Amino acid sequence: MDFDKELDARGLNCPLPILRAKKTLNELTTGQVLKILATDPGSIKDFAAFAKQTGNELLSTAEAGGEYTFFMKKK
Amino acid sequence: MEQKKLAIIATKGTLDWAYPPLILASTAAALGYEVQVFSTFYGLQLMKKDVSDLKVSPLGNPGMPMKMPFGPKWFRDINWNIPNVVQANVPGFESLATALMKQTIANNGVATISDLRDLCIEADVKFLACQMTVELFGFEHSDFIDGLDFVGAATFFEFAGESDICLYI
Repeated sequence: MDFDKELDARGLNCPLPILRAKKTLNELTTGQVLKILATDPGSIKDFAAFAKQTGNELLSTAEAGGEYTFFMKKK
Repeated sequence: MEQKKLAIIATKGTLDWAYPPLILASTAAALGYEVQVFSTFYGLQLMKKDVSDLKVSPLGNPGMPMKMPFGPKWFRDINWNIPNVVQANVPGFESLATALMKQTIANNGVATISDLRDLCIEADVKFLACQMTVELFGFEHSDFIDGLDFVGAATFFEFAGESDICLYI
């Protein structure tokens, strides 16, 4: 998937992946896509909840070998 | 949609209990909430300029796992059951427990209290401090971070009364 910016939140724990994602999304413009890498197992539900509450669209969620990849489109 | 509001009363001043109010405040701010944190009694410790001296005490806290943050896995998995009487009588036990907890925090990619507080400030979380307890404990305004408002309970209720969520921590 194409993306405009990547955030490496691997090794970070709650609530840092969400806070970093929020901060990075602020640097993007509407419609741009942020790719997020994380290792926090709570991040799957947390990013879904973040998207639902902020209106940013979670385009996809994937897990492979204990790493999670999210694509989020800025509102 | 009107902006949601979160009001938190922070009353505890130990390293472990410094986390919940700051995690919830920073996360709510990231979700678009307007957030105020009212620090009172021991919660004032979280607003000191220097929070590096916050400590955790395992004494009388049976819920706290006592595990070592280093060594092989079998060693790290041991839950050290140290009697209260030993914890209370060994000089420096609290400092040792605090050093071990700080190592565990770093090992787990958990933010430091100072970092979390900076993230709150950056996200426009409003911090208030209870003026009465500042005087009660003999603190000075200059002991605390800049931008802190020293107020009473009535001021807190102005915001808390309009809040969607109000937490006492």
